[in-house]
Amino acid sequence: MLELENICWSTPEGVPILKDLSLRIEDTGLAVVTGPNGGGKTTLARIIAGLISPDRGTILLDGVDITALDVTQRARLGISYAFQQPVRFKGITVRDLLELGSGRPIDEAQVCNLLSKVGLCARDYKDREVNASLSGGEIKRIEIASVLARSSKLVIFDEPEAGIDLWSFNGLIEAFEEMKRERKASQLIISHQERILQVADRIIVVENGSVVKDGSRDEVLPSLATFSPCPMGRDAVTGVRL
Amino acid sequence: MNETNALLSLISDWDVLKSEGCAHSIRENGRSVERLSTKNIEIRAKEDGSGLDIYVAAAARGEKVAIPACITAAHIDDLVYNDFHIAEGADVTIIAGCGIHVKNGEEARHSGIHRFFLARGSKVRYEEKHVGTGGKKDTRRVIDPVTEVFLDEDSFLEMDTSQIGGVDSTTRETRGHLARGARLVIREHLLTDGNEKAVTKFDVTLDGEDSAVDLVSRSVARGESYQEYHSTITGNAPCTGHSECDSIITEHGRVNACPALYAAHQDASLIHEAAIGKIAGEQIMKLRTFGLSEEEAEQKIIEGFLR
Ligand SMILES: Nc1ncnc2c1ncn2[C@@H]1O[C@H](COP(=O)(O)OP(=O)(O)O)[C@@H](O)[C@H]1O
Ligand SMILES: [Mg+2]
Repeated sequence: MLELENICWSTPEGVPILKDLSLRIEDTGLAVVTGPNGGGKTTLARIIAGLISPDRGTILLDGVDITALDVTQRARLGISYAFQQPVRFKGITVRDLLELGSGRPIDEAQVCNLLSKVGLCARDYKDREVNASLSGGEIKRIEIASVLARSSKLVIFDEPEAGIDLWSFNGLIEAFEEMKRERKASQLIISHQERILQVADRIIVVENGSVVKDGSRDEVLPSLATFSPCPMGRDAVTGVRL
Repeated sequence: MNETNALLSLISDWDVLKSEGCAHSIRENGRSVERLSTKNIEIRAKEDGSGLDIYVAAAARGEKVAIPACITAAHIDDLVYNDFHIAEGADVTIIAGCGIHVKNGEEARHSGIHRFFLARGSKVRYEEKHVGTGGKKDTRRVIDPVTEVFLDEDSFLEMDTSQIGGVDSTTRETRGHLARGARLVIREHLLTDGNEKAVTKFDVTLDGEDSAVDLVSRSVARGESYQEYHSTITGNAPCTGHSECDSIITEHGRVNACPALYAAHQDASLIHEAAIGKIAGEQIMKLRTFGLSEEEAEQKIIEGFLR
């Protein structure tokens, strides 16, 4: 179990972003963190992954205080984070990145399996460099695949839907549900996507640096007003207005 | 020839090349020690003994010729002139490279003056690796290659050069003259460390219509090392030229990049890009979220960058 207790974080300019935020994440299940842009969701993810340190508060993993551990140490304890804004690398191929994610050599079948989960064909992508030649949606999916390659205890996906088409999106939902069924890791998905909210066990609403709602999907979802920006009303592109 | 063998395998897949029976000439400490010509590739010593003339016949298709040079003794100052004559329509891979092995306090130098004459429609891939091994203290391993390439109509030359460590000083000069439809692609990979110094000078003239050059230099300057990148592309016809110098600096490395473009035709399309900086912090952070240490992450980023 991951426990955040009274986490506070301010920008270097001193603007408070996370305000005394407390949260518990169980060892299995799928929790979705949602809430308005700028509410502090990515900051929360970065705090959990150890990319930034809280100014105040404690982070416990299975009862052990990990607040002082750095990114590398937390990754080795099984915390994984698929960035909202993926990072590009010159000269590192998709295959290399998946291998770096997994931490050991992986074979063709595994490369293919991982990429197919995010709707990419291994033959077209495995040897491409993870550089500026990839589109936003492509790099986003490769980022997700590199995190799926890891054996994690807690996986955070930060707006995984961004730039992903309807068809690949169905596959991605399937990957999240599969992970949920396997019960090996718990998932924390930052999202505004109704389809993702629909598969959540739990929904946490973060607004203005605090948790404003936290409950089961059935408790929280009805209180979020939905809208459909797509005239066809197709569900995968339905968003949620808060 | 123990150290020579070690150098040979560092600069090329020498055992594989030899087992394939490819044409070759091995130079050791300033002398040619082994030479093999094949049906389509003839290696001939110049009459004045200054180097080799290598003739690749029009019938050559995908063949290889290897001409590595090794120095394993101190105070050698080796100067060699090699000319490559590539016949019309030939297709060949040339594997060159130089390795210097000296002990602490010793110095040695190799200067290879290479000229390539590519006849119409011929295609060459040129691979070259430079390495220095042996002592790390007060050595002076110097490699100063000069390469001049003449590309006739519709010929294609791809040069892939790399220097990955141990060469104390290098000045590389490459000059190119391109006729109509000729294409030149150059990929340079350079890593300097300690007090090493590396100077690269490219000077390419695009004389023919639809000729094209693409120069990409990727380099990493570590320690106290110093690098200079000069490239001049001159477009005298409707042509395209691109030069890119991308450098990473770690510790106290220094890099001076000066790309220059001269266009003498309104349809000459020339571009240069130069970027110098440290490794992006977010790249290191991303790899650390995979469990790599900061040093491991930096190493992976540099390895990829220089590949
Ligand atoms: N390093 C930083 N410096 C300044 N402002 C920051 C920094 N990191 C985050 N912020 C600000 O914190 C707020 C919350 O950001 P974020 O956590 O990315 O929100 P969300 O992911 O919920 O959209 C935003 O206003 C953002 O601009
Ligand atoms: Mg965000």
